[in-house]
Amino acid sequence: MLHVSSLTKRFGERTAVDNISFNVDKPCMIGVIGRSGAGKSTLLRMMNRLADASDGSITYEGREITGLKGAQRREWQSRCAMIFQQFNLVPRMDVVSNVLHGTLNKRSTFATLFNLYPQSDIHRAIEILDRLGIAEHASKRAEALSGGQQQRVAIARALMQDPDIILADEPIASLDPMNAQIVMEALRRIHEEDGRMVVCNLHTLDTARRYCDRVIGMRDGRIVFDGVPDALTTDAAREIYGAGDDFSEGATSTEIEALDRTELAAAAYA
Amino acid sequence: MTDISHPAAAAAPQRIADLQSGYMELARKKRLYGGLTLVVFVLLLVSGFMVADSRNAGGFWDGLANVGDYPAAVISEAWEKRAELPANLVKFFPALVETLNIAAVSTLVGAMIGLVLSFLSTRGLARWPRLVPLFRRIMDIMRAVPEIVIALVLIFMLGGGPVPAMIAIAFHTAGALGKLFSEVAENADLKPVDGLSSVGANWSQRMILGVVPQVAPNFLSYSLLRFEINIRASAILGFVGAGGLGYELRNAMSWGPGQFDAAAAIFILLFAAIVLFDQISSRYRNRLTEGGHA
Repeated sequence: MLHVSSLTKRFGERTAVDNISFNVDKPCMIGVIGRSGAGKSTLLRMMNRLADASDGSITYEGREITGLKGAQRREWQSRCAMIFQQFNLVPRMDVVSNVLHGTLNKRSTFATLFNLYPQSDIHRAIEILDRLGIAEHASKRAEALSGGQQQRVAIARALMQDPDIILADEPIASLDPMNAQIVMEALRRIHEEDGRMVVCNLHTLDTARRYCDRVIGMRDGRIVFDGVPDALTTDAAREIYGAGDDFSEGATSTEIEALDRTELAAAAYA
Repeated sequence: MTDISHPAAAAAPQRIADLQSGYMELARKKRLYGGLTLVVFVLLLVSGFMVADSRNAGGFWDGLANVGDYPAAVISEAWEKRAELPANLVKFFPALVETLNIAAVSTLVGAMIGLVLSFLSTRGLARWPRLVPLFRRIMDIMRAVPEIVIALVLIFMLGGGPVPAMIAIAFHTAGALGKLFSEVAENADLKPVDGLSSVGANWSQRMILGVVPQVAPNFLSYSLLRFEINIRASAILGFVGAGGLGYELRNAMSWGPGQFDAAAAIFILLFAAIVLFDQISSRYRNRLTEGGHA
């Protein structure tokens, strides 16, 4: 259903994404891992059409995405939701308004300017917030919420779009381990319950292993690993991160359990 | 539609319904305020326009149909005499130089006075802290009096020419830049100033060596912006006899048909000059504010 072929993005001299291709046949949860600067964010931004591709193509259900313009491009963006590392909410607006922004593609500028959203949309927004466990904060300003809560508001905005695909660009990189787990579990649940495709950029291996059905490893703009999480051996991880023998997975971890694991390991050595 | 299969939603539908109706109440209130604001805005707009129209000598609606006539006359006549355009451009070029000259000198003088006034009126930097309000009021007055009023008074006293325009614009610039400078200086770090005090530097040394290096990019950027504004101001002052392009433009316009080719040439010169300096200064200001030290 999703075909990416020979996709390339150049910024002047530098090639951020270098001739990458992959296919996705059925909705699944894909983790894209790699170092900072490996081209993960650029890949996601090209899929959402926040950035234009220099070369290559993306097709979804037979439809070419990379060439869409104007209203058609915005229509695609409304079906392909994006979640950002820094949440990218409007800080001074209340939580429900931020979630309702997910419907902007279907509403006129005038209606949104005067806050004239249909009652059914407002009710649905609050139901989605409840599904993510933050309905109590519905009328607060987005900036008054903690990082983990703001990221869940961002996920609610994405769900409000009723999208086919959810792209998440390092959704947990600025969260503490507890909130990271809540957010990742929410994304996993959305995939399992709604059957939406989720593509998630991640810093860390163990998160990808734990939540994803398929892992794509990127290094310097190229795909160096593509397979099920179990195939992700320590050697494969070294290849992705370009690390030497001193590389240990625990060092990249943000998981609470991983902390316990390292402590256990330390205890075992002692 | 999103499928709500979360167990909590089924367990507590009442709580959700309460939240929903609570938020609807809030949204209705917001919409009401928004609607009221819109009504007030439209009322003010319409009533303000009616008052202005009723005091208008000619009547807005009657004149509206003729709005296009003057530009059409200017353009058609200028087009007929287009062969003379280069000669006209050359002829009025000295007037453009005069206008730019007035703007440049008054910006320089005004910026220097503004610099001193800004330090005198910034809390934490002031030479005489008790006199801060006094210097602030002085700057208020300098900003409040329009350039054209000062120019008219000076022309009455000194006679027409570029010097009254220069003084008038410099006076206004000093007040306007002083205010902007002082807001920048307020955010300057005081530690270097303390350091200089500790070696026995006097007030001017502390300001010039301790504060100016920190605020120079912002000060320069504001001064360039002011220079653009002053080009326009100096062109306008020409209308009241202060020389430069404005003076020539008034003559060309008030003599009516037959001189429109000159008017068109002046418009082109003025427009080109403003666009040119706008471009130069915005490029330079970008470099300053982006922190490029190259």
